[in-house]
Amino acid sequence: MTTQSPQSPAIPTDRLALIKPIALVVLLAVALAVPSAAPVLFPGTAIMAIAVFTVLYAACASAWNIFSGYTGYIALGHAVFFGSGAYALAIMCKGWHVHSDYGPLLLLPLCGVIAAIIAIPVGIISLRTRGHTFVVITIATFFIFQLLAYNLRFITQGSAGLELPIPSWSGAAFDPPFYYTGLLILLLAVGASWWVRRSKYGLGLLAIKDDEDRARGLGVRTGPSKLLAFTLSAFFVGMLGGLWAYYIESVFPNSGFDALFDVAIALMVFLGGLGTLAGPILGALILIPAQQYVASDRTLTSWYLILYGALFLVVILLLPEGILPTVRKRLIQWRGRRPATGAAPGATPGAFPGGPPRSGPPGRVAPVSSDGGER
Amino acid sequence: MLLKLTNVVAGYGGGDVLQGVDISVERGSITCIVGPNGAGKSTVLRVVSGLLKPRIGQVVFNDRPIGGLSPRQILALGIVQVAQSHSLFPKMTVRENVRLGAFMLNDRALVNRRLAEVEALFPLVRERADERAASLSGGQQRLVEFARSLMLDPTLILLDEPSMGLDPKALRQVMGMVTTMRQTGKTVLLVEQNARAGLSISDHGIVMESGRVRLEGSHQEILSNPEISSLYLGGTIAGPARPTMP
Repeated sequence: MTTQSPQSPAIPTDRLALIKPIALVVLLAVALAVPSAAPVLFPGTAIMAIAVFTVLYAACASAWNIFSGYTGYIALGHAVFFGSGAYALAIMCKGWHVHSDYGPLLLLPLCGVIAAIIAIPVGIISLRTRGHTFVVITIATFFIFQLLAYNLRFITQGSAGLELPIPSWSGAAFDPPFYYTGLLILLLAVGASWWVRRSKYGLGLLAIKDDEDRARGLGVRTGPSKLLAFTLSAFFVGMLGGLWAYYIESVFPNSGFDALFDVAIALMVFLGGLGTLAGPILGALILIPAQQYVASDRTLTSWYLILYGALFLVVILLLPEGILPTVRKRLIQWRGRRPATGAAPGATPGAFPGGPPRSGPPGRVAPVSSDGGER
Repeated sequence: MLLKLTNVVAGYGGGDVLQGVDISVERGSITCIVGPNGAGKSTVLRVVSGLLKPRIGQVVFNDRPIGGLSPRQILALGIVQVAQSHSLFPKMTVRENVRLGAFMLNDRALVNRRLAEVEALFPLVRERADERAASLSGGQQRLVEFARSLMLDPTLILLDEPSMGLDPKALRQVMGMVTTMRQTGKTVLLVEQNARAGLSISDHGIVMESGRVRLEGSHQEILSNPEISSLYLGGTIAGPARPTMP
């Protein structure tokens, strides 16, 4: 038996409880200040464009994590919902003659609903499978939708693509509305992810991730639970697809339904930490600025693909659990090596009373020792 | 009588593992099923918990037929099964594992109350609450599995070989805990490969062989039967099968 719990607190719990909300407020303040501070700190650069893509992909990664991170089903077809949201906004703007600056932004929730509606049949079919089969089916679904975008010309105009309204904002005023909208969706996605993680529903998803059959045996409705997470995830990704299309002012089959979209999202989440709240954001904060920087340099164009490949190798070899879980594990190990300062009163680590368990009269039960035998 | 199986025939694929099983479990008792590998002991538990539907026969719990119900419906009736081994979710924390035992309850206050009761009974659950279940020893994992099974405040607990893989010290503690659960008013139906350990804590013993009940009686009667040892050595018990309870 181990003689000391690795959970021995090195930092008082009340201090830890304070650190988290303070850090969150600081992060939020920094995020809100980016559009004001960026042009001053980095004049003449495309920093705001990078910031827009970063919040957009951070939100996509957080949304993807609600499904894949919590259930363990690795979906590589979320570009279906991203592209569907993008096309939905373009079609709605065209069909309803939406030209005002903020009009398309107000239609984003509808893009999310359309993506979620598409996710229901896709989920019902693909979630009948598990493991590698599920991954292959999601990829196949992606290609079906990309082909549809090419071939349903009466809706999508095929390879000619669709154009979106061009907002009247110009210069430094162009990016902030997109940035703040992306930030709002990011906050909503993280809020949903936080709620899922802390709820009974999320507990069921984590049980599915560990062992789906066992979860069912405990009363978890595995099918509807997975489908709900899949649909919720698609809702956010659909909204972000609409935002992305409005930002770049057009959508084409190969850009809306981009095979690299899911690779990038999965890499961000794996890099930061699959199934964690902050991991997807951290992954996006590392990957997107690097990718945008490499892609913006004419001599390095397309090198970001090599960057993706190299990072995937680094993550698989050195950080299989991602940055945050690895840091957390190291921290716990470090604390475990420090002299115990917070042992529970009365607890005698490693002690075993010996002999048969105590038992009292009916209705009065003696507690059981924490020692269940040797490992 | 809390649970009664009458002429149950059930199996997997084409074959019937259980070939007309009759078993009765008294309320508030520990009933232990022993027998050699392949006798159908664990299959009985799978039938009772709804994981396997009987092809023929009746399963009655609390005067209600439950033979065709889903595992979830049976769980809701108060029958909980603790699987053969390693039934915890290894990557989840101890507390999350125990909370999952009450997944079907929607009353958060009730779940918290149950958790407090279970933590009082199993201090381990509180002491190691935030650690991954995989970090516990085999005996500790068994105790957490027991703790989880109590979260629904079940009437009947089905235990599938709780002694499997445990050293003598852990085995003593786990078997003691089974007795403790009975003392809290639970009925336990236990399947054990370690016949002596299982029968020694039981009120009633059942010996199965080749999908049938061959012997039953008090644990002293079973343990003192000279044919039991020959059964475990590959022999068979003389005389016809006893498909019905006396």
